[in-house]
Amino acid sequence: MNIHDSIIAIVLIASLGFFASLGAREYQERLISRIGFFTMVLQTIAVLWAVMLWVINGANPIHMQEITLYATKGYSFIIDFYIDSVSVMYMSVGVFLTSLITRYSRYYLHLESGYKRFFNTILFFNIGYTVTVLAGNFETLFIGWEILGISSFLLVAFYHERYLPVRNAVKVFSIYRIGDVGILLAMWASHHLWHENITFFKLHNYTLVHEHLSGHSVIGIFISLCILVAAAAKSAQLPFSTWLPRAMEGPTPSSAIFYGSLSVHFGVFLLLRTEAFWQHQPSVRIIIGIIGLLTTLFAYPVSRVQSTVKTQIGYASIAQIGIMFIEIAMGLQTIVLIHFAGNAFLRTYQLLISPSIVSYKIRDMQYHFNPNAQSVEDRLPEKLRNTLYVLSLREFYVDKVLTILVFGIFKYVGKKLSFLSTANIAIVLPIVYGAALLLLLYQQSIPPMLSDYIPNMVAIFGLLLVMRSFVERKRPRLSLFLVIMNHLWIALGISFNESFDAMHLYLYLSGVILMGSLALVLLTLLKIKEQSYFDLNQYYGHIYEHPRLSFLFFISILGVMGFPITPTFIGEDVIFSHIHEHQILVAFAASTSYVLGGISLIRIYARLFLGNHVKNYHEVALKTS
Amino acid sequence: MNTTLIFDEDALLHRLHHYLPSQLPLKDFIHHNTLHAFQDIDFHKALQSAAEIFGYKTYLSMDEYRALYNENKISDDVLEHILTVHKGQTQVREWKERLLFGKYNEHRIQRIGQLRALWKNDYAINLEKSVHPILFRLVCSYLDQGISQWKFPAKSDGFLESIRSIERESIVGIFSSKRVKDLLFSPTLSLKQLLHILVEKEELFEQYIFDQQFLHPGWSGMVSTLEHHPTALFDARPITLKEYILVELLLEIDCIDMKKGDMWKPLSPQYSLPALFQEIESNDCYEVYTLWQEAFEWSYYDQVLKGLQYIPQKTEVHNQPILQAICCIDDRECSFRRYIEQYAPSSETYGVAGFFNLDIYFQPEHSKFPTKVCPAPLTPSVIIVESESKKRHENEAFFTKHSHGLFSGWIIAQTLGFWSALLLVKNIFFPGKHSAMVSSFLHMDRTGKLDIERKHTLSASDSVHGYSVEEMAERCLGLLSSIGLTHTFAPIIYCIGHGASSVNNTHYAGYDCGACSGRPGSVNARVAAMIANRSDVRALLAEKGIHIPASTVFIGALHDTTRDEIEYYDTDVLSSYHAELHRNNEKIFEQALHANAKERSRRFLFTNTEEDDHIVHEHVKLRSVSLFEPRPEWNHATNAVCIIGRRKSNKHIFLDRRSFLHSYDYSCDPDGTYLSNILKAVTPVCGGINLEYYFSRVDNSRFGAGSKLPHNVMGLIGVANGMDGDLRTGLPKQMINIHDPLRLLMIVEHYPDIVLNVIKKYPPTYEWYDNNWIHLVIIHPDTKELSLFRDGEYVPYQPISDSLRVVVHEKEKTRTIESSYENLSVYIVEE
Repeated sequence: MNIHDSIIAIVLIASLGFFASLGAREYQERLISRIGFFTMVLQTIAVLWAVMLWVINGANPIHMQEITLYATKGYSFIIDFYIDSVSVMYMSVGVFLTSLITRYSRYYLHLESGYKRFFNTILFFNIGYTVTVLAGNFETLFIGWEILGISSFLLVAFYHERYLPVRNAVKVFSIYRIGDVGILLAMWASHHLWHENITFFKLHNYTLVHEHLSGHSVIGIFISLCILVAAAAKSAQLPFSTWLPRAMEGPTPSSAIFYGSLSVHFGVFLLLRTEAFWQHQPSVRIIIGIIGLLTTLFAYPVSRVQSTVKTQIGYASIAQIGIMFIEIAMGLQTIVLIHFAGNAFLRTYQLLISPSIVSYKIRDMQYHFNPNAQSVEDRLPEKLRNTLYVLSLREFYVDKVLTILVFGIFKYVGKKLSFLSTANIAIVLPIVYGAALLLLLYQQSIPPMLSDYIPNMVAIFGLLLVMRSFVERKRPRLSLFLVIMNHLWIALGISFNESFDAMHLYLYLSGVILMGSLALVLLTLLKIKEQSYFDLNQYYGHIYEHPRLSFLFFISILGVMGFPITPTFIGEDVIFSHIHEHQILVAFAASTSYVLGGISLIRIYARLFLGNHVKNYHEVALKTS
Repeated sequence: MNTTLIFDEDALLHRLHHYLPSQLPLKDFIHHNTLHAFQDIDFHKALQSAAEIFGYKTYLSMDEYRALYNENKISDDVLEHILTVHKGQTQVREWKERLLFGKYNEHRIQRIGQLRALWKNDYAINLEKSVHPILFRLVCSYLDQGISQWKFPAKSDGFLESIRSIERESIVGIFSSKRVKDLLFSPTLSLKQLLHILVEKEELFEQYIFDQQFLHPGWSGMVSTLEHHPTALFDARPITLKEYILVELLLEIDCIDMKKGDMWKPLSPQYSLPALFQEIESNDCYEVYTLWQEAFEWSYYDQVLKGLQYIPQKTEVHNQPILQAICCIDDRECSFRRYIEQYAPSSETYGVAGFFNLDIYFQPEHSKFPTKVCPAPLTPSVIIVESESKKRHENEAFFTKHSHGLFSGWIIAQTLGFWSALLLVKNIFFPGKHSAMVSSFLHMDRTGKLDIERKHTLSASDSVHGYSVEEMAERCLGLLSSIGLTHTFAPIIYCIGHGASSVNNTHYAGYDCGACSGRPGSVNARVAAMIANRSDVRALLAEKGIHIPASTVFIGALHDTTRDEIEYYDTDVLSSYHAELHRNNEKIFEQALHANAKERSRRFLFTNTEEDDHIVHEHVKLRSVSLFEPRPEWNHATNAVCIIGRRKSNKHIFLDRRSFLHSYDYSCDPDGTYLSNILKAVTPVCGGINLEYYFSRVDNSRFGAGSKLPHNVMGLIGVANGMDGDLRTGLPKQMINIHDPLRLLMIVEHYPDIVLNVIKKYPPTYEWYDNNWIHLVIIHPDTKELSLFRDGEYVPYQPISDSLRVVVHEKEKTRTIESSYENLSVYIVEE
């Protein structure tokens, strides 16, 4: 088996393991855990084999072009793989820790309801991890990235019958979604920069990169910053840090593997992966370094005031990742890789033994307690000390500021649009849409001066719809319908561009229409069954009585939000590539719609199906627990 | 329970304290009746009230009961009997129809929370979302015992003063509203003053506070408990419930001020809300639950009682037993004792509350704090000090603060980080002793010395060091007389305490001996043996008619119930004669421990019970050191019965580790003096354990702590979910999976009228039986007739079960044990 085959084998094993685990029954604990562990052992062997071959062949970066999923003039969606020291390190640490965790969870989760779901999710995560780490271009990486996001949501909300895990899962999902848009925009801009789907391999061609960037330095910075946003979100750097401690809601091993070790280091990975692209742009390196430094300075005092063991580990880890960002900015790639592995192992272990802290520390106190122990901060003047303490306890209000800055504006606009009710939407939307379609047909007769604005306006209109959807509190179906409509508007807006291709539109909308209709039907079914518990004002927990409906609805909204299960995923990328370089506004509307639409959909799902079950004839936890 | 028009702050705080959970910090976790607040009314009425007021689920669901019936775990005969007793012969059919097929709406509408819900409904404010995270973080940081590296800048004069001092000297305050800042420093700050801002009508104040505090009963309960037990924290943090509520009210006003400015109107409900503690009306659904629950309980009790009436064919008479073992009454020792008796047929075992009648503190050498090792309600009179012990606390690099530092963290990540990768592999594939584990044998160093005798009477501390000889004799006499061990002494008598070992277990204290305040019983067992070995004590005992021959020695020991290991104390001073006997006895104990481990293993996943007991035992030991094992042992799960009587009258029944066993010889105690002491100690301990298991099982989400898998340790005092969750009280799901929620059946072997006098003498004990929180059956020592205590008097009870299965061969016994994961029915063991 050559290196090429073994890479394919790694991906295949990960995927087959996941699908096999879906086939087991909930009560078949032994079978489920064996599938999980067996998958990971096989994958570890394949990884070891591939790494060995790679080293024997001189440890040079290798690019592999695999499958062309879709190709048309000027655009192709290709699955590529790429091996270098970064992917080798991440892959090795990944299979090592995931194997251990599956083994650990085999016993740890015994008799837990959701045993199967847990292993399904871990294996799903494993696919995402593998694909992301081995990806050879942005498109492939994005597939893995999306899977990571969804599996994260599922693991944070593992205890979906309680309110706090669900609320925090939605929060984590929202931040991830912002990160995703960074990648989407980076893909869009780099498409215009390279006029092809650039592979990571080619980024290492210094002359090529230099040639394209000269004269396009703004695009270069734009792409780099987009990547940085994605990296900061995933690695809990400022201003996104606060999701990490809140994500510690699942069973401890899942928190350990996701938020202690693997998932949280993906921002670092993304920067290392694209290093060849931005390393000659000093301004970008300075910004990366500053973000890392600020995060470190922020996370350090916050971790010192944490009085709960998991959040303390979380913030200490964020501080270390901040240092990794600084190291990256300084170009210390090898050190970063060692730092990553060490930090991942350390935090995993610390989280796994975190319950032991009680007996350990209590014993320690019994023998060594010193009530007058001083800490560094005691040397500060009182006023400064108290101020810093309160700020650290409140996490420097980062969470609040982020919520107001990012979501506050959208909510504000959305609320202004609340006059758009079901009735007038049903009447107004088709008319406006029809008018816009007419415009499209008679595009040639529009004065060129005007025609430049039309795509902008249509796309912004689409964005308004999704904002409206975002604040809808009463009618779930209206909220869902608005997200679907948003897709149609964005598509329409971009159709005004000359390179209009019906096939692309079809690709984009097929998934949305199909899955959107399915989702509407499912919601109608739910409404028939649960007349009095059907709005978005609170969490209803209908999954307790309607697990199948819930599952189908989840799949269908994944389709609507462009998750890689329908052609919409490719279509989304294709459509993005049609946005012209100068159409910043359209790009903004499309990407913001992407973020808000996703959050809006997950919000509908979470509020209707997850959280404390409204019918408490069985045991139901308090909202605070 | 009228709400008086005038708001009475003290009465409110008192009442809150009564209803809030009263669980101590984790290190002192002790089982208690979760619904202790309702113990002054009848059990079933209390359960319905708790459900309707607070929204708890207090019974299994209708579906669960019906499933139990269909699986024959609720016997049809017993069900009919229960219906006959409660509803009369003529109503049986109708009620059975209801129980089996009736449709009931089991949805619970709770009274609590309705007033405060108006914030969301009428004001569109989600107060909880803004207030709870900062409130929990403040109180957790304040009470934190050692997780945070930068401690809360606490003042010694309390929570509120600490907050004031921060607010006074800080650029960014905890509160934002000017009005709230003024209120905080106002010298007249009171609950009433703040409540007037929030709620219009004074008669609703109490309801508002109840609504508010029962949204987070975990933290409120912890604060209220610490107010009454300030010494439960090593790092002292004075706090009162009132301060805590004041801070919460201030935070609420602050939050509303910031949203609405300071001109908003207080809550004033437009319609009348049900008063919280207004009388509960009986309803059909709860009546059906009651009947199901009784039928479920008696389906098991009936077998036990039938077994107790059985008279074994062979009764062996031994003049002098080769050994006697005094164990704890703990249900986990039930099978261990059975195996000692099996492997040494001429042995005798006794059960007694595991503190061995010693009211002591234990002060380990090098320790900064004494540890209480007797039942919670007792106040120890003396301290036992340890000396010449080895140091026994290893440092664990992974818990040091350095790993959280910046530069040190950077170094550690790149060094220790890779070391932890190896540790991970080791701990997952080859579990072994771990520096973070809890081992019962570490409680006391067996090579150290204990000072039990009082040298000087004056001491600076509250408690005196050691007992006087008279006190020793008195404790020893109490111990021996209460269990009926007053004559025919074996050459060696073992006093065996018990403890547990585990790793990654926040609730470790709940696994140790409940009678020793959640500590291993090693000190008590060892001290009891030391006392009984003293010739001056024996001389005093002889005056009381107890003659312990010089050829008898006592040996203290500790049984680790998780690992099934035993450690003996002071065996180096034995004479060669006793040393020889002891070596033989050790082999018997060894065998008994193997067999015990095998019997326990039938409840463990991934352990093959059918293997040889040595091999099974190794598997069982591994569990206690495995990081990934959330159930090192099952602790008290499945407990259902407590028997007080001679061992020989219950030795023949297989009770499947479901029974607390206290030895007691009615003939030594004709007027019930010792029985009175036994019941005083055993009733709250066993009743507390049993009811905590009951409630944590029926509503694990509210009474219990939920699954322990996502738990996050808060300030070393409790656990919560995630970052901003409320403290979780009660037992985690992993402790109760296999528990059947049955109340305790107390069975006493004595003459019925004597027992009645005894229980009526002490009202706190009587309450348990009178209000049916524990069932009581008296078995007549001569005729074996059964008298059931109900409504203050006796009714005769005749078991309904057919005769029980009799198991004769050892092989058949083993097969039975290997056969099932589930509860085994009661059967008779004939030698």
